Amino acid sequence: MLHMQNLSKIYRTQLIETHALRDFSLHVNAGEFVAVTGPSGSGKTTFLNIAGLLEEHSEGSYQIDGVEVRGLNDRERSKLRNAKIGFIFQNFNLIPDLNLFDNVDVPLRYRGLASAERRRRIEQSLARVGLSSRMKHYPSELSGGQQQRVAIARALAGEPKLLLADEPTGNLDSMMARAVLELLEEINAQGTTVIMVTHDPELAARAQRNVHIIDGQLVDLGSEPSAAIKPAPATRSVAIA
Amino acid sequence: MIRYYAWLGARSLRRNPVLTALMVTAIALGIGAFMTLYSVFHLMSADPIPWKSEQLHIVRLDNWEADGGWGDSASGESVPPDQLTWRDARALMQARQAPLQTMMFQIALAVQPENAAIKPFNETGRMTYADFFPMFEPPFLFGSGWDRGADEARERVVVLSKAVNEKVFAGENSVGRSIRLGESNYRVIGVLDSWHPAPKYYDLTTGGFEDPEGFYLPLTINDDLRLRPNGNTNCFKAADDPSFDTFLTSECVWTQFWVQLDSAAERERYLDFLNAYVTEQKALGRFPRALGNRVTPVLEWLQLRKVVGDDVPISLGIASAFLLVCLLNSVGLMLAKFLGRAGEIGVRRALGASRGQVFAQFLFEAAAIGVAGGVLGLGVAWLGLAGVRALLPDSPMAASLDPQLIGIAVLLSMTASVLAGLFPTWRACQIAPAAQLKSN
Repeated sequence: MLHMQNLSKIYRTQLIETHALRDFSLHVNAGEFVAVTGPSGSGKTTFLNIAGLLEEHSEGSYQIDGVEVRGLNDRERSKLRNAKIGFIFQNFNLIPDLNLFDNVDVPLRYRGLASAERRRRIEQSLARVGLSSRMKHYPSELSGGQQQRVAIARALAGEPKLLLADEPTGNLDSMMARAVLELLEEINAQGTTVIMVTHDPELAARAQRNVHIIDGQLVDLGSEPSAAIKPAPATRSVAIA
Repeated sequence: MIRYYAWLGARSLRRNPVLTALMVTAIALGIGAFMTLYSVFHLMSADPIPWKSEQLHIVRLDNWEADGGWGDSASGESVPPDQLTWRDARALMQARQAPLQTMMFQIALAVQPENAAIKPFNETGRMTYADFFPMFEPPFLFGSGWDRGADEARERVVVLSKAVNEKVFAGENSVGRSIRLGESNYRVIGVLDSWHPAPKYYDLTTGGFEDPEGFYLPLTINDDLRLRPNGNTNCFKAADDPSFDTFLTSECVWTQFWVQLDSAAERERYLDFLNAYVTEQKALGRFPRALGNRVTPVLEWLQLRKVVGDDVPISLGIASAFLLVCLLNSVGLMLAKFLGRAGEIGVRRALGASRGQVFAQFLFEAAAIGVAGGVLGLGVAWLGLAGVRALLPDSPMAASLDPQLIGIAVLLSMTASVLAGLFPTWRACQIAPAAQLKSN
């Protein structure tokens, strides 16, 4: 499903070059549930942004569902992102002045689906997360857990092959966090590949597979996350002469 | 997607209402001021008879004293007077060298209704020839103009304006009825419908934007009536005595002369005829200046007479500059509004919107602001024109907004807003979605 080979990401300014990812290789099979852990500044978010086609990598190869993304233009990347990838964010990232129906509708609009098909998918997705009765409500009228469920419904409506979750329970209390995680597990059980970035070793432990990023490099831990979660050195920066 | 963008654009007006109100107000003020002055300019510079303005020509004979006096002071070039002497105009009428031709002048008479309940009133009229009606094509409500036979027979017939017919005959079909003008009775043979050529190109001597006259009489009857003109009279030689007969044979110019010439060849031929006529008159000791006769079509004539004064384009320029300032303000406000939505842009990009789609969405939002600004701007323009009318009731500035101008205002406002929105939209599209998603 996701194949990164010798991938690197370098941020350059006039004075400094920062290697956010270095020689990064990762293969995720379709249907896997992978937890990505690592200390702050280790490169987790950069990995997620590149995986989600929100940023371009500097070197190496990245294929998603068999499509090499290097060289694609913005329109092609956007189309691929819309068709294959769903996002769940720590901050939910709902559009505040759209109601739940219209929020879930956003990715479907860019897909160009007919009105009836969009309505069917929206209603189905909101029903799946238990919010079909609140379609006309606005995000500000919901609790954090409910907002995250709307974000999941939005991701599900597009029927993505890959779901990228960035600290999906980071802003939730433990009960809501558990409910959201169960929902993610359910989605994964139905065949969607899930990659979840988290700081929480307990959440990571529930994934089928754990990968750990330290200093922009990958350590694959199989299904044992806790051993790797320890303070890590800062991301390496190289001064430019 | 266009409907989706339009829907988002309309919704965006409700988002951050204070900022939206500021932008819409800025655009409305700019558009309002611009449209107020553009309406005045449009009215003053419009072609009053677009379907035949190339065919109608004013005739001018260069009959003035040899060493200047009448001339275009701006260029220093000598130009002929705007009007003709009575005897030259009558001579041209008798020569009948143009397919349609008329000499004419304005008079003023007391209208004395038969109905005693209606008080007599003074009204301006026009003495002219039968060809006036097919040449200038005023619309008729009842009846028609007179024919050339009536000219020759000096028939006492009259064509009334709609306003006079309403005043005297309560708007009824008055054809065949009698009306007393001055000391004589006239038979009504036609009533015009509303007719307000602007500018009043066929006679600019009393102002370019006056209302047309209230009645029209065959000029030939003036041989009996002996009426003097109500308009301007200019003379370069003092008359020997103040009698009417002397006035008719004097070198005073006071009649307008128009011809309809359907081609350039006809125009050339007619000018040749004029030059031949003047050469003949020179032999009789008249026309002391070199040949300088003119046959001028309508639009050129309006331009020569500077019907649109210099102050109007200057004012329009100032209004354009004001509109530009308002738009620049809008650019700043739009930039603040669009960049304030960096989070939403990041989300939309993550959910599959390309830069182009975000660009289109925000341009629609800019256009929505433009439409709102345009509609409000029309209100401002309407108020502006009402103010002009209140201050200068008899001025050419008394313009009003017509459907074409309303369309122009909304289109201009939309275009201006979209142009003003280009930079903020471009900036919004440069937002890196990844950074916004984490921080939002």
